[in-house]
Amino acid sequence: MTAVAPISTKPGGPTRGGAAGRSSALSYLVAVPFLAFVGIFLVYPTILVLAGSFQDSNGAFTLGNLTDLTKGVYLQAFIRSVELSALTAVIGAVFGALLAWAVAVGKPEGLLRRVVVAASGVLAQFGGVPLAFAFLATVGFQGFVTQFLRDNVGIDLFAGSAWLFELPGLTLVYTFFQIPLMVIVFLPALDGLRPQWREATASLGGTSWTYWRHVGGPILVPPFLGALLLLFANAFSAYATAAALVSQGSPIVPLQIRGFLTGEVVLGQENLGKALGLGMVVIVSIAMGVNVLMQRRMSKWVR
Amino acid sequence: MGSVVKRRVLRTIILLVLGFYFVLPLFAMGEFSTRGVNDTRSFDSWTQIVSDPDLVDAILVSVELAITSSVLMLVLLVPTMAWIRLRLPKLQRLVEFLCLLPLAIPAIVLVVGMAPLYAWVNYFFGDSPLTLTFAYTILVLPFAYRAIDAGLSAIDLKTLAEAARSLGASWATVLWRVVVPNIRTALIGASLLSVALVLGEFTIASLLNFDTLQVQVNLLGKRNAGVSIAVSLLVLVFAFVLLFALSYVGQRRRQTVVEE
Repeated sequence: MTAVAPISTKPGGPTRGGAAGRSSALSYLVAVPFLAFVGIFLVYPTILVLAGSFQDSNGAFTLGNLTDLTKGVYLQAFIRSVELSALTAVIGAVFGALLAWAVAVGKPEGLLRRVVVAASGVLAQFGGVPLAFAFLATVGFQGFVTQFLRDNVGIDLFAGSAWLFELPGLTLVYTFFQIPLMVIVFLPALDGLRPQWREATASLGGTSWTYWRHVGGPILVPPFLGALLLLFANAFSAYATAAALVSQGSPIVPLQIRGFLTGEVVLGQENLGKALGLGMVVIVSIAMGVNVLMQRRMSKWVR
Repeated sequence: MGSVVKRRVLRTIILLVLGFYFVLPLFAMGEFSTRGVNDTRSFDSWTQIVSDPDLVDAILVSVELAITSSVLMLVLLVPTMAWIRLRLPKLQRLVEFLCLLPLAIPAIVLVVGMAPLYAWVNYFFGDSPLTLTFAYTILVLPFAYRAIDAGLSAIDLKTLAEAARSLGASWATVLWRVVVPNIRTALIGASLLSVALVLGEFTIASLLNFDTLQVQVNLLGKRNAGVSIAVSLLVLVFAFVLLFALSYVGQRRRQTVVEE
């Protein structure tokens, strides 16, 4: 995505010689609607959150909001969010990579691949609230599996606690969008492995193990780690599924922010929600930044 | 040969186990949403979808939003991106950065900054849920940008534009009759992704208090789980059909490129 051509070669410019200077100034006008829109609806809200994190309720500068993040319930929420995201990222990455491999060795334009990729897209990007209800239907108090186990096997899923609405439940639900996301982001890396490399290994006397240990494996490590970080960022930012499942209490950071938006605010802490937002942006940006670096390493090998 | 057999067995096991893992909840949704009284089957939950006026309204709102957001996205992105390739390569990096920025800012954080902004939006445009178009156009930017950028990279935009210009076409004609038809499939792809994303959006709508499909499904779940589960299944299946169709759109584009 580098610059397509130097600006000096203006198509259409030469036909109206005298207008060249004026038209280059005018040509910036075309970008104005886009820049104005993005400025108002993306940059402004972002700045509002970032700046608000450093202001007290009177608008004066303070670091109080940020120091509050390192204490009590807010720190716990961050720790739980990181734990949940890391755990589901690892589970998602491992099983997603296996599924991606199973699809990649099949026919490139086959039906199986189309179905898996389309279904992964749905679950990874648009699941949200429907996923929460899928879980209530499956392992909720009256869920299909819950009833089946209770009536036929004699196991009560909820004997211990209402785990579905706490961290273990969230972990289980999150794997349903983490595994599909891994399939989507890891499939191109697997497609980039050339069959010739495998044949070359074999012709030099290498086994399947030699191939994965010395050729395929090392090439796939950077994209795998990159995908792991993307999955982490994805779970960390996720809100809808958790919000639909957990209506009481705020175990993770996005639900803490919901509390600030829906009015459970202690006086004088209005900007704490923005500081929580800043904390999320920092963590997500680090994960995404390292992910970009990993992708650059991969692009040395693919294409 | 032993390793080929091993590979096939391993592949089958993975597909069966994970296939079961993902189909089970879908099956459970079907089972749950067709429960009647005393162990009978009934389609009440499904027929109630169309007889609940709030839900029908919310579905219509979401469909309208999907259309308005896709249109606004296309109107903002296509001329700007084409123009930047032709005349303003200096802005390329800035526009790319801005379009991908929403990936680094979770929707739940964006909505914190948008809440005060929407006080103004509702002052100027009224409090119609269609004002969500603005927020949703931002959300779909990264996906739409990538699709359109891939489309523009696949054609020789400069030559096409110069040819049209030398025949006396205005820039508007170039855009409408040369650029748009040539990246048609990329535009369809970007629009379908936007539609699917808007239909699935919950975070911003619910926290800005607008009744969209997902918000209604969530509310409904608190009093009638059956209907919510039926609608959820419907949404998932609809999104699947949309993306499955998209996989064929992408393939057609690759074929035309090869032909050229």
